[in-house]
Amino acid sequence: MNDDRTPVLRVRDLSVAYEGRGSSTSIIDAVSFDLHPGEILGIVGESGSGKSMTCRALMRLLPSSMLRVTGGTVTLADGRDVLALPARDLTRVRGRRIGMIFQNPASHLDPVMSIGRQIAETIRHHKGVSRRQAWSNMLDILRQVGIPDPESRANAYTHEFSGGMRQRAMIAAALACDPEILIADEPTTALDVTVQAQILRLLQQLRDERGLSIIFITHDLGVVYQLCDTVAVMYAGRLCEYGPKHEVIARPRHHYTAGLVACQPGTDGGSGPVHTIPGQPPVAGDMPGGCRFHPRCEAADALCKAKQPPLTEAAPGHQHACHHPAHTDAQEAV
Amino acid sequence: MSDPILLDVRDLRVEFAMARSGLGFGAKQSLRAVSDVSMTVAPGETVGLVGESGSGKSTFGRAVLRLGPLSGGQVLLDGQDMAHARGADLARLRRETAMVFQDPYGALNPRLTVGQTIGEVLRVHGKAAPDGINARVGELMDLVGLDRSLMDRRPGDLSGGQCQRVGIARALAIEPRLIVADECVAALDVSIQGQIINLLMDLARRVDLGMIFIAHDLGMVRRLCDRIAVMYLGRIVEEGPTGDVFASPRHPYTRSLIEAIPEIDPDRHLPRHPLAGEPPSPVNLPPGCAFHPRCPLATPECRAAVPPLVGAGAHRAACIYAPGGALNVAGTTLPETTNRTPTERMEKC
Repeated sequence: MNDDRTPVLRVRDLSVAYEGRGSSTSIIDAVSFDLHPGEILGIVGESGSGKSMTCRALMRLLPSSMLRVTGGTVTLADGRDVLALPARDLTRVRGRRIGMIFQNPASHLDPVMSIGRQIAETIRHHKGVSRRQAWSNMLDILRQVGIPDPESRANAYTHEFSGGMRQRAMIAAALACDPEILIADEPTTALDVTVQAQILRLLQQLRDERGLSIIFITHDLGVVYQLCDTVAVMYAGRLCEYGPKHEVIARPRHHYTAGLVACQPGTDGGSGPVHTIPGQPPVAGDMPGGCRFHPRCEAADALCKAKQPPLTEAAPGHQHACHHPAHTDAQEAV
Repeated sequence: MSDPILLDVRDLRVEFAMARSGLGFGAKQSLRAVSDVSMTVAPGETVGLVGESGSGKSTFGRAVLRLGPLSGGQVLLDGQDMAHARGADLARLRRETAMVFQDPYGALNPRLTVGQTIGEVLRVHGKAAPDGINARVGELMDLVGLDRSLMDRRPGDLSGGQCQRVGIARALAIEPRLIVADECVAALDVSIQGQIINLLMDLARRVDLGMIFIAHDLGMVRRLCDRIAVMYLGRIVEEGPTGDVFASPRHPYTRSLIEAIPEIDPDRHLPRHPLAGEPPSPVNLPPGCAFHPRCPLATPECRAAVPPLVGAGAHRAACIYAPGGALNVAGTTLPETTNRTPTERMEKC
């Protein structure tokens, strides 16, 4: 990607643990990635892999007081570390620098305040402009996210919007204060495919027009392939592969990524049994030693059980954490 | 089996009564969730039913098994109409058909162990002698790939995939000839989805099980199903062999659905002009073809009447521009999509 430019977000060794009853359970273990201006980064993983938790941790929005960031840095373009910011500055960063959208907009929008008022209020709070100015900014942003007839729709309430329109309203609310970064946590999982295509298209347009950088969390590799520039694959709280989309999906090095790609029902001609990854993902607190994927991995041996593989760079920008990588240059992929 | 058709649904209708308008003095209103849907399933055949949320696919699946209301039409199981069956006939339907539900946790009783959950079905339907129940439960658990050591666990101890397997074991316990699987993998992780899909494919082949597979994930449907039916606002708009429908969709809605599947394919990109809007409420159905307000091909003729399913052979579509339709240019495929904006289309219609 644009490695010559300063990343808008640089995450290094981010770790989160669950601390209760005197013990500490690691949930996320030393996750690092960069987000460059105008880049769309996809974070893929199954439920419980820690993909949402990573993004909540870097916003300091962990859902429980038992969860604590135990290490790492999250550096913004201006050099400040989000994890070390005092509360007042943190509020400024959320909203003005980083916006966030979720899978279920209905539970993140205020049901008793009109869509227009809640977005205008956000603008007034962060930018300190007049009511009139905030209202007109709000109408602009509703228009940009493709809500038809914003003048009248602004007075509608959340329950009067359809699923796709609610997600658009939520994107509008997240973008109200012109953040540089948008974190999207499975924003299209609950939507129909046709509406999902609309929202993905909208995110692409916003990136092209505003230079927005996006972190897109999903479990769907197909969506990543269509939308993202780079992809980070997470398994059991660790990053197992990270790099440009075409590299990672066409030539996966980690056997978990290779398995995920093969699991897509559309691959290999679309007939016969679907490829599966045997077994179940491990649960926090009962993590296997060494490589956390080894109990489900075909290529695992004694080394994988004993030693955690470090993240190594296979090709420029393409990192993987595997002792016996698949698709090495000797055995080129089709 | 002498009769090759297991299930024959003819013109099934489901209506829900709604509150009267005008303070309770207005006209009676009803919401038509499923209108005149016909479908056949042969033994060993898997039929995929796809559509957006609210298209009536789950309502249809429940009505066929008499697990939900049904307002009209026929549901023939081995030639016997079950639409208004009672007593002994209904009991036969219950013995021969089963449903697998979407929410793997919600479909199980949290206070029963896996063994009790599956054994209950065997006991109620008399499928095993009282002293043979445990052995049969064990067999069923082997069949769906559940470890026998889980027999004394409760749903709370199990993962989503394991719960879904219990749901399938429960459905198979009665040795059904027809299963309706309603979004049965939607809640599971990708790596687990494949395990369940493979299990269903294997069962359809081994025990000649007929299946209606309701889903919104077209990738899975393509993999699993022999035939596919696409529903939009309570009607089937296209049906045919899976390969044909995916290779050359004949209804503009099916084409938009297929274009919108995000796939790992370097030659495919996000659609430049994704299908606009969302399905309207089934309370006020648009006149004529219900899809016309969103359709890129719509012309004023589309408002005139509901288009019938047309087409030679098994691949049929309900569109006047589809091959065999009133306005199709002699036997050619569906016209290319134009890039008219919704506003332009509205003015034309």
